[in-house]
Amino acid sequence: MSARLPMNMDATAPRLTADEKVSGIQRVGRAYRARSLAAKIALVPTILVMVFCFYGSVTWTVYISMTRSFLLPVYKFAGTAQYDRLFATPRWQVAYSNMFLFGALDIIGTLGLGVLLAVLLDRAVRCEGIFRTIMLYPLSISFIVTGLTWQWLLSPTIGVQQLGRDLGWTDFVFDWITQPDRAIYTLVFAGIWHQSGLIMAIMLAGLRGVDREIWRAARIEGIPTWRTYVSIILPMLRPLIVTCVVLIAIAVVKSYDLVVAMTNGGPGFSSDLPGKFVVDFVFERANIGQASAAATVMLASVLAIVSPYLYFELARKNR
Amino acid sequence: MTTARWNARVGRIGLYTLLVWICLFFSIPLLVVIATSLKTSDEVRTFSIFTLPSAPGIAAWIKAWSSACTGLNCGGVRVGFWNSVRILIPSVIISVMAGSVTGYALSHWRIRGANVIMLLLLFCAFIPYQVILYPLVKTFSTIGIYSSLPGIIAVHIVFGLPVMSLLFRNFYIGLPDELVKAARIDGAGFWRIFAFVMLPMSVNILIVATILQTTGIWNDYLLGLIFAGRDNMPMTVQLNAIATTSTGVIEYNVNTAAALLTALPPLLIYFASGRYFVRGITAGAVKG
Repeated sequence: MSARLPMNMDATAPRLTADEKVSGIQRVGRAYRARSLAAKIALVPTILVMVFCFYGSVTWTVYISMTRSFLLPVYKFAGTAQYDRLFATPRWQVAYSNMFLFGALDIIGTLGLGVLLAVLLDRAVRCEGIFRTIMLYPLSISFIVTGLTWQWLLSPTIGVQQLGRDLGWTDFVFDWITQPDRAIYTLVFAGIWHQSGLIMAIMLAGLRGVDREIWRAARIEGIPTWRTYVSIILPMLRPLIVTCVVLIAIAVVKSYDLVVAMTNGGPGFSSDLPGKFVVDFVFERANIGQASAAATVMLASVLAIVSPYLYFELARKNR
Repeated sequence: MTTARWNARVGRIGLYTLLVWICLFFSIPLLVVIATSLKTSDEVRTFSIFTLPSAPGIAAWIKAWSSACTGLNCGGVRVGFWNSVRILIPSVIISVMAGSVTGYALSHWRIRGANVIMLLLLFCAFIPYQVILYPLVKTFSTIGIYSSLPGIIAVHIVFGLPVMSLLFRNFYIGLPDELVKAARIDGAGFWRIFAFVMLPMSVNILIVATILQTTGIWNDYLLGLIFAGRDNMPMTVQLNAIATTSTGVIEYNVNTAAALLTALPPLLIYFASGRYFVRGITAGAVKG
C-alpha cells in the first residue's frame, strides 16, 4: 500500500541508461545509492521528532531549571538557585524520599514475587496456561483502574478493615491508606500486584533457556532442587535479574497514575512522588522553574539507572 | 511408598497450594470489583465490598455507562469511551506505520549513523513524560493544537515512536538481507520492497505492535489529562474524575462498574491474544 503513496521515491529515482545496465555490480551499486536516498528521507520525520520533541525539549527543560523562571520562562542563567529551593521544599523532600522508599520496597517485592512465581511455574507443569493468565492479567489494566481498585480494597470503611469487622473482629484496624506515615506503603501492594507478572514472564523465559545438562549434573551430585535454584540457576540468570531491576526502577521513577488514583498524594502530600510533584507544579502551581528542576532530577535518576545498564549490556554483547 | 517419593508428592501438593494462594492474590481484586458492581446502592452502603451481591443486577453498569456524573456533566463513561476510541484509532495506525517504516529504514538500508540514531532513540524511550511535558505544551499551543483531538493524537505518536521503531528494527534485522538484495536486483525500490516484501512478513510483529500501542494508549492517563482538552477527555481521565468526585454519597457500585468498563477493552485484548500481549509488554516495558 505504501507503494501507492505520493511519497514513493522510486518514481523520481533516475532511470538507468543502457550503459549502466552492462555491469550487474555497477547497476546494483547505482540503484542502491539512489534508493537509499528514499531510506534517508523516510527517516526524516523520526529524526525531526527525536531532535525537537525529545532532545530539544529536554534541553529546554534542563535550561529552564537553571534560570529564575517562575510563572513564565526567563532565560537568564541563575545556576543552581532552583535546585537549592527545590531541596529546601518540604513537599519535594517527601516526594523525593518516597521515591526511594517506594522504589526499594517495590523492587524487593515485585522481583521477589516474580522470581518465586517463575520458579514455581518452572517446577509445576499442569495448568501452567491458567496460572500464567491469572498472573499476567493485571498488566493489561491501567494504573488508574489498578489504583482505584486498591484504594477501594484498602479503604477503612468498605475494604479489608470492614471485612475483618464483619467477620466478628470488631476492633480490627487496617487504615494505612489514611495514615500519613503509612500511605506510601499501600502503593507497594498495588505496584507488586500490577508488575510481578511481567517479571515472572521474563524470568520464566530465562529459566526455560537453562541448559538441561546443568539440572542433570546437579541431580547426580544430589543437590536439592531449591539449592540448585539459589546457588546455580538464579546466579546464572543474573543479567536477566539486573534487567528486571532496571525495568522496575524506571517504572518507579516514572510512576504517576498509580499514586493519583490511589491516594492522590495524600493524606496531605505524604504519599507524593516526583512525577506528581512535577505535574502539579506545572499545571496547578504554575511554577515552571521548580517543576523543571524536579523534572530534571527525575531525568537524572533515570539516566543514573539506565546509563550504566546500557553500557554494561552493550559491552557484554560485544564481547 | 518410599520416603523419597512421599516427599516428592508432598512437595507437589505444597507447590500447587502455594500457586493457588498466589493466584487468589491476583484475582481477588478483580472479583471484588465485579461483585461490587453488581450490587444495589443500599447493599454497598451496609457491608464491606468483599460480600457477594444478594440480588445481582446490572443497574450500576447502566448508570455508569450512561448517566454517571463528572462534576456537572452526567453523560456517563460512554462519553469518555468514544473519546478514547477517537484518540486510539488514528494514534495506533499512524504510530505503528511510522515505527515500521523507521525500523525498516534503520535495518536493511545502510545509512550512515544508523547506530547513533538507534542509541538516541533508545534513550528517548526512557525519558519520563514529565521532563518534556512543559516544552511540548508550549510548542503545541504555539502551533494551535494544544487541548484538541489532533494534539492528543500527535503526542501519542511522538511518545510511541521510539519504542515502535526499536521494536520493528529488532524484528527486521532478523530477516535475511538477501530478501532485500534480491528485490533490489529485480528493480524494486525502498517503498516497494517495504510494501511487497517486508510488510507481508511482518504480520506477527504488526499484531504485537498494535496490541502494545492499543493497550498503552487506552490506558494512558497523563497525556490525555493534559493534551486532550475537556471535549476529548479519554475514558481513564473521566473515570478518575467520577471516582474522586466527593459530593454526596459515594456510589461504589457505579464507580466499580465504570472502572470495569474502562478496563474491559484491554482485558478483552489480553484474553484474546495472550502470547502476543506478553511479547509486546516485555518489549515496551520501558515506555512512559
